[in-house]
Amino acid sequence: MYKVVVPGDFISTEVNRAGDGTYVEDGNVYALKYGVVDDRGTIKVVALSGKYMPVNGDVVIGKIVEISFPYWIVDIASPYEARLRKSEFGRGENIDFGNMCEYLDIDDLIVAKVMNVDVMMRIDLALKNEFKMDGVGRLIEVSPTKVPRIIGRSGSMIRLLKDKSNCFIFVAKNGRIWIKGSSADMDIASQTVMKIANEAHTSGLTDRVALFLDSFKSEKGEG
Amino acid sequence: MKEEKIELIKDGKRLSGRGFEELRSIKIEVGVLKRADGSCYFELGDNKVIAAVYGPREMHPRHFQNAKMAVVKYRYNMAPFSVDDRKRPGPDRRSQEISMVSRKALDPVILRELYPKTAIEVYVEVLQSDAGTRTAGINAASVALADAGIPMRDLVSSVAIGKIDGEVVLDLDAKEDNFGEADMPIAMIARTNTITLLQMDGRFKKEEFERGLKIAMSGCRKIYELQKDALVKKYSKSGNEE
Repeated sequence: MYKVVVPGDFISTEVNRAGDGTYVEDGNVYALKYGVVDDRGTIKVVALSGKYMPVNGDVVIGKIVEISFPYWIVDIASPYEARLRKSEFGRGENIDFGNMCEYLDIDDLIVAKVMNVDVMMRIDLALKNEFKMDGVGRLIEVSPTKVPRIIGRSGSMIRLLKDKSNCFIFVAKNGRIWIKGSSADMDIASQTVMKIANEAHTSGLTDRVALFLDSFKSEKGEG
Repeated sequence: MKEEKIELIKDGKRLSGRGFEELRSIKIEVGVLKRADGSCYFELGDNKVIAAVYGPREMHPRHFQNAKMAVVKYRYNMAPFSVDDRKRPGPDRRSQEISMVSRKALDPVILRELYPKTAIEVYVEVLQSDAGTRTAGINAASVALADAGIPMRDLVSSVAIGKIDGEVVLDLDAKEDNFGEADMPIAMIARTNTITLLQMDGRFKKEEFERGLKIAMSGCRKIYELQKDALVKKYSKSGNEE
């Protein structure tokens, strides 16, 4: 069973095991966030809500909000905007002030990797190989704190979801989820993702999700 | 004013039937607003307040950004229908002051340095008022901040004490506030006994002040437990549903 803590709750006296979401004061470990305690390895508090904070190497889904030569300004569902330099398209391309929008226009969605975050919270992105989302499929947004749960331990949950819903599902670190498949399948997949997000703090979730997905299948068979 | 003086204490009980060191009934609900990052509905007797937290998000206007830490914005607002005589809507001198002191009451627990250049916005709306709305607002705001997943050292709890008919009592209601002799709201971090807000209206003798502070601090501890319970309950409840 997961233990829910609130900021300032005493967790432990093992100061050298204190990890993310905790702080140490007078030889005690206290919770820094409202969340559940993860006691495996270091003592962590996994928050139940909160904004995405970019970390180098994260793969995110972003939306172009502004074109400002030589950058595209990208919204990555974080308090900070990221930027994508035109050189990401390669040196061969002749991108200038006028034709930037032919490569990526405002409101376009892209899959990108966080290359660098500096102290001033300037965020540089790099394009992934298949970065264009071309308006295919659906995008749903959940709290980035639920992402580890949607993926599951060593990807068990996401594998289950992909197999049973027949969808292509891509979960980005910033909580944006891209689903591609037939309309009915996407309905099932997005409902399931929302269910996982809402029950992320409970145990035995993978089994319940499996049952939930099977219930759709039996409905279809009867109808 | 003297001739219409009313008796606030009868047979060792207050008008509301409470003892001297008794809080009003408290109800806390977490996550009541869907579109806010964190929210809380708080009832303290007949006070009804709702707090919403947004952020951390980009600070606007930009020149108010702090390059080293997040800026906390706090807006305390009374609804026009929250009092007997309609209140003129919008910010006034009183609500601006309360917004400022409430913000300063919460500032010490928030780890603002983790989110440079951003704003953490707290909106507190008073729907119904019966004395002690600033303390109710701070209680609600601190729960809403936790609900928004904002890193905090602790929760802040707040309560007022006052003096009526020469007695020091906890948590004044509107009648006691209007006809009483003094009123002192405090806010504190319950675990470390750190006081983050202390205002006083009226006069206390030194020993009354000291006794009052003790009563207020024990009141804050009670509220702190309720705040914690409400937050923990939000997730243990939805876990048992299925």
